[in-house]
Amino acid sequence: MSKQTFIELVDVGVDFPVYNAASMSLKNRLLSSVTGGTIDREHDGVLVVRGLQEISLKISAGERVGLIGHNGAGKTTMLRVLSGIYHPTQGEATVSGECISLIDISLGIDPEATGRENIRLRSAMLGLTPEQTRRHLDDIIEFSGLGDFIEMPFRTYSSGMQLRLAFAVSTTVTPQILILDEWLSTGDENFRERAEERMRRVVDSTEILILASHSRTLLTANCDRIIWLEHGKVRRDGKAQDVLDEYFGPQPSALTHS
Amino acid sequence: MLKNFISSPLAAVADIQGAYHRYHLIGTLGWQDVATRYRRSRIGAFWLTINMAVMIVSIGFLFGRLFGQPIDEFLPYFAAGQIIWGLLATSINEGCTAFSSASGIILQVRIPLFIHVARVLWRNIIIFAHNLIILPLVFLFFMKPVGWVALLAIPGFILLLLNVTWIMLIVSAVCARFRDVTQIVQNAVQVLFFVTPIMWTAETLQGRVGALILNLNPFNSLLDIVRSPLLGQHPEMIHWVISIGLAVVGWIFALWFYGQRLKRLAYWL
Repeated sequence: MSKQTFIELVDVGVDFPVYNAASMSLKNRLLSSVTGGTIDREHDGVLVVRGLQEISLKISAGERVGLIGHNGAGKTTMLRVLSGIYHPTQGEATVSGECISLIDISLGIDPEATGRENIRLRSAMLGLTPEQTRRHLDDIIEFSGLGDFIEMPFRTYSSGMQLRLAFAVSTTVTPQILILDEWLSTGDENFRERAEERMRRVVDSTEILILASHSRTLLTANCDRIIWLEHGKVRRDGKAQDVLDEYFGPQPSALTHS
Repeated sequence: MLKNFISSPLAAVADIQGAYHRYHLIGTLGWQDVATRYRRSRIGAFWLTINMAVMIVSIGFLFGRLFGQPIDEFLPYFAAGQIIWGLLATSINEGCTAFSSASGIILQVRIPLFIHVARVLWRNIIIFAHNLIILPLVFLFFMKPVGWVALLAIPGFILLLLNVTWIMLIVSAVCARFRDVTQIVQNAVQVLFFVTPIMWTAETLQGRVGALILNLNPFNSLLDIVRSPLLGQHPEMIHWVISIGLAVVGWIFALWFYGQRLKRLAYWL
């Protein structure tokens, strides 16, 4: 834990090979080397998509960074680079610190297993040790309000119960770097307030927050720095207020003041 | 130059070390895989044992008769061989899809990629343990004594696992990129099953061709170092040598090969 938490990208680029069925097969690869291998890579089906280009930035501990951009601007790719899943094809990316991305909170859940087993599974996936899981177990069961249902298979739960359990497990983590694709909520009226409070606790305890979102309110409330991606490049990177004003247009309240 | 040359194996070693530190995740996932398959059946994973037992008894009697082997010799031999081979073959076959079937996890959580390979291996070891129950029953039925030499099966088993693991590392990385290779590997494993003495014994195969098939087949050695001790024989020295040599050469190659592909793996899913 003594290691400093930061993320640094130096001239990072990500080229995406897009394999269709043809190029995924070895036969085509062999045939193309028999024919001399001069066939253009694009012709044998490997299209290279520029996911990200020339991205240099540094995020230090304490920063709350929002990520905006239209669909296809490279937000998901960027999140994967920032969480260390994609190694950039050009440049250098350093992610220092324990990083958890809560993108699909149901990841690792087995519908046939009981609620209790699923808590074990999901928290192992999030990097908790069995000991830590045991410590949080009661708290998770309490929050999800499942009671005796915890011993029943997950598939027998109502969708609200399923979501609450997944949410409760996912928010027990306290990573140094937290990556979110949109805010997590349970969607359940009765639980909204408690869920919000729980979510707030996770977000506040993390040293670096990366939040990709389309919601201005959310970004204004949580971020002090916004990175605006466009066509895989950083279009703007600066103070939240300034970048949001440029992206969404000036805030309505600001208009009435002037 | 040298730095480039050793950086891939080092990356592979770091990945495997990282996976080792998260052994409880491997354990949980592996158990879960076995549990899921038999979740709603009454006797659960012991169906594996029953399936294997039925197979061994039926084929054992048939082939014993076909080759004119005394059944009290042949059935224990076949049972041991089949169970060990089952571990080896399924691990390699399922190793092909270790990454592609875990793509959901890989694209969302940064965990050492070797975890996915180890998970496949671990679940097959669990299945192997279920099948292993058959052996004492067979030995008991034929009143076949088991001597101290059987303990040699333990180092043999470790050596077998070491070899299976490096093979899995290679096939998992190749098959993530070239999906067709999965089918090729499965066919190759099937052929290996027939050219390795499992359903037949080395004595039935005579002449130069026979010796060639046996001596050029390292899987014969891997099998023998576990099976022979169980049957009360010392494995021939040559089998130990081949198995150890294969493990050393295989691991060096696999670390380099796997390390080189580590960085690109997520893009292939």
